[in-house]
Amino acid sequence: MKVTLHIWRQKGPNHVGRMVRYEHNKVKPHMSFLEMLDVLNEELVAKGEEPVAFDHDCREGICGACGFMINGVAHGPERGTTVCQLHMRHFSDGNVLYLEPWRAKAFPVVKDLVVDRSALDRIIASGGFISVPTGNAPDGNAILVPKKNADLAMDAAACIGCGACVAACPNAAASLFTGAKIAHLGLLPQGQPERYQRVLNMLAAVKQELFGSCANIGECEAVCPKNIKLEVIARMNRDFLRASWTQREDALHNGN
Amino acid sequence: MELKSRIPSGPIEHRWDRHRFEMKLVNPANKRKYNIIVVGSGLAGASASASMAELGYNVKCFCFQDSPRRAHSIAAQGGINAAKNYQNDGDSIYRLFYDTVKGGDFRARESNVYRLAQISLNIIDQCVAQGVPFAREYGGTLANRSFGGAQVSRTFYARGQTGQQLLLGAYQALLRQAGAGKVAMFPRTEMLDLIVIDGKARGIVTRNLITGKTQSHLADAVVLGTGGYGNVFYLSTNAKGSNCTAIWRAYKHGAAFGNPCFTQIHPTCIPVTGDYQSKLTLMSESLRNDGRIWVPKKTGDTRPPNQIPEIERDYYLERKYPSFGNLVPRDVASRNAKAVCDEGRGAGSELGVYLDFADAIKRLGKQHIRERYGNLFDMYERITGENPYEVPMRIYPAIHYTMGGLWVDYNLMTTIPGLYAIGEANFSDHGANRLGASALMQGLADGYFILPYTIGDYLASAKLETVDATHNAVRDAESCVTRQTNRLLEIRGRRTVTSFHRELGKLLWDECGMARNESGLKTALQSIPELREQFWNNVNVLGSGDELNQALENAGRMADFLEFGELMCLDALHRKESCGGHFREEFQTPEGEALRDDANFSYVAAWEYAGPGETPALNKEPLTFEYVRPIQRSYK
Repeated sequence: MKVTLHIWRQKGPNHVGRMVRYEHNKVKPHMSFLEMLDVLNEELVAKGEEPVAFDHDCREGICGACGFMINGVAHGPERGTTVCQLHMRHFSDGNVLYLEPWRAKAFPVVKDLVVDRSALDRIIASGGFISVPTGNAPDGNAILVPKKNADLAMDAAACIGCGACVAACPNAAASLFTGAKIAHLGLLPQGQPERYQRVLNMLAAVKQELFGSCANIGECEAVCPKNIKLEVIARMNRDFLRASWTQREDALHNGN
Repeated sequence: MELKSRIPSGPIEHRWDRHRFEMKLVNPANKRKYNIIVVGSGLAGASASASMAELGYNVKCFCFQDSPRRAHSIAAQGGINAAKNYQNDGDSIYRLFYDTVKGGDFRARESNVYRLAQISLNIIDQCVAQGVPFAREYGGTLANRSFGGAQVSRTFYARGQTGQQLLLGAYQALLRQAGAGKVAMFPRTEMLDLIVIDGKARGIVTRNLITGKTQSHLADAVVLGTGGYGNVFYLSTNAKGSNCTAIWRAYKHGAAFGNPCFTQIHPTCIPVTGDYQSKLTLMSESLRNDGRIWVPKKTGDTRPPNQIPEIERDYYLERKYPSFGNLVPRDVASRNAKAVCDEGRGAGSELGVYLDFADAIKRLGKQHIRERYGNLFDMYERITGENPYEVPMRIYPAIHYTMGGLWVDYNLMTTIPGLYAIGEANFSDHGANRLGASALMQGLADGYFILPYTIGDYLASAKLETVDATHNAVRDAESCVTRQTNRLLEIRGRRTVTSFHRELGKLLWDECGMARNESGLKTALQSIPELREQFWNNVNVLGSGDELNQALENAGRMADFLEFGELMCLDALHRKESCGGHFREEFQTPEGEALRDDANFSYVAAWEYAGPGETPALNKEPLTFEYVRPIQRSYK
């Protein structure tokens, strides 16, 4: 198989980037997309050219490190799939593919296809947890969780923090990511005591990190490799609305 | 070197409690005066950082990934063991202890394993309180499933993403402390050397992977939670970035390395498909609960599986091990898969065996199977293009976990005072073979419940001088790191780092993989130094050292794998017995099972660095079994 790649090359955060064209004729249908890039990189090194930098680690779709745009779609054409789990059998001989990094003000480009997603960690640090110290927690079965809630919480908790939702959103909003954590913790009895404070804190952090506003367009859901549902945003908005009246003092204090 | 294991005496069930009482405490108001460095943010590193920060220590946590949430613990699928006995099926702390010691083929310390089994109960409670969405029954109670090497159902799980959910719990606890200013996070930062002053671990030298800046960080204690060394084999189920650099640099500073040849081959991975393949993907062992493993009875049978009638199939695990069947421990399952493939009876006559769900689907329905394993089936289909609801999966063993690691005492301290190793980075609890769902248990036990206590004992009694960055040892370590970086960039040879990695990996898989023998190991011991020599003369690392340079990162890790691989083979050669994951072809029973030699090898091999080009010194920590009598493991 042969493909033509146009890849965003940018030497560093303060350099100007550009698209560079590569002809790749050693593609095999069983390769993963990243293995296809590995082969390209080996050839580049042999020619004395610097390899293309891209983030990746587990290569089994769970660590959330990989991700870039393929022809304008985050993680490429297959639904519910990270780019490391996307195989070349989904493309055809002669395809022309444009690879670009995630584009969002909150995700500055580090190099080539690598971006800085530390803003997502800061959102979690602002409240995406249950404040429980290590030590004598009550017996696991002392807290009963209806199976349905546990399943819904798990659906939301499956988020891998890859940032595709932000990259796909025309406003570069982080609502699917933030909503997923708020839904996960808010659906469980353990998450109730901090439920409303959590949403206020996390949304204040989102604003500070220069993510855009959510307009419920749904591009995020379409590209999410873990099929996180748009309803997590509805849960987040409902909690935020309620928090805004019941905890108005805190809300004002946090600048929301 | 004297190995002081510091194992408490007395009845095993009271040892940990007594030890905790006897350890010195650091006054709450004094804790904030101590700085602790934690390298790695997986289950062990994140849980240790969060717990120690909560106690009041100042913690600096380092990881090479762009976020602590991406550590490879995230990829663990199946579950975590705990002796809760929620299923009323006769489980107990003692039984979990017994299963783990036996599963480890009697090469682990009884006291450590007993403590692990005790703590398993607290881990589940802690994780539930944190909001880990474990699977539930309709009544709201926690659900369990069974796993290899056990006859009770004690594994807790969150679909096929248990590692992810446990790690996110620890990560959230970690970031909560980061938000509170008690933990300073250093993502995209790699530890490249250890700083030892007056014989004590006092800091690390790191490279910022974005700017390339070399920097030293000083502290009162250093904790390594940097995972295992499975990637020495190139193709493994580890993440691409997983490496042995931190533990290897510690070894070269005097930390003994325990049992490096104890590596685990996981029986259920997706087989290799091409020479461009970059990693192997695990299919959770939990699949063996409902899947039946078989191969054709005839050799060279290339018919598609659906055309092979029942009578011509060999369900070899069920046939050979009627009481454990498909749930035999990992080493046994792996070796048997290799054996049938070597006979020429592999699936489609290639390297692989069938894992068939047809019976389970008939019995329980497709929906039920989808609920249990849906994400695993999806993953399999994405990678192979085959639908496992319709055709049996094809699986083959792959390197997955390393039981060996830095030697640690009962307090998890290495032979360098002030240097701790936790999780997969240490050698402690799994002996020669780890049971399924025990890695998560050990990582979290070390991080949440053991290290936070034991480190206080050291800090309270060690007399630590104040040191600063002008100390000679600091400057030496820094310049050593800079020298190596420059050297790698100056070679500009003809081969890529990956090509060397593939070559080393293949050599080790062939000679020190699922089965080992004396002549193969000797070949490897001869070839590795040659390959290392070639590497240092002919590797090509482009770019510079003061920018993001992934080839440079890999080259540094590769340089360490090329040294470590030799130690692994040396250990495998010296251990003239078969046990757990270490199978020496010369030592097997007539039925082809591993044949231990308790009279001569019932010890931990702790290797001590003796300088470049020198043969490392072998120290032995004898293993005594007071509770579980070593027997020939039988799963028949």
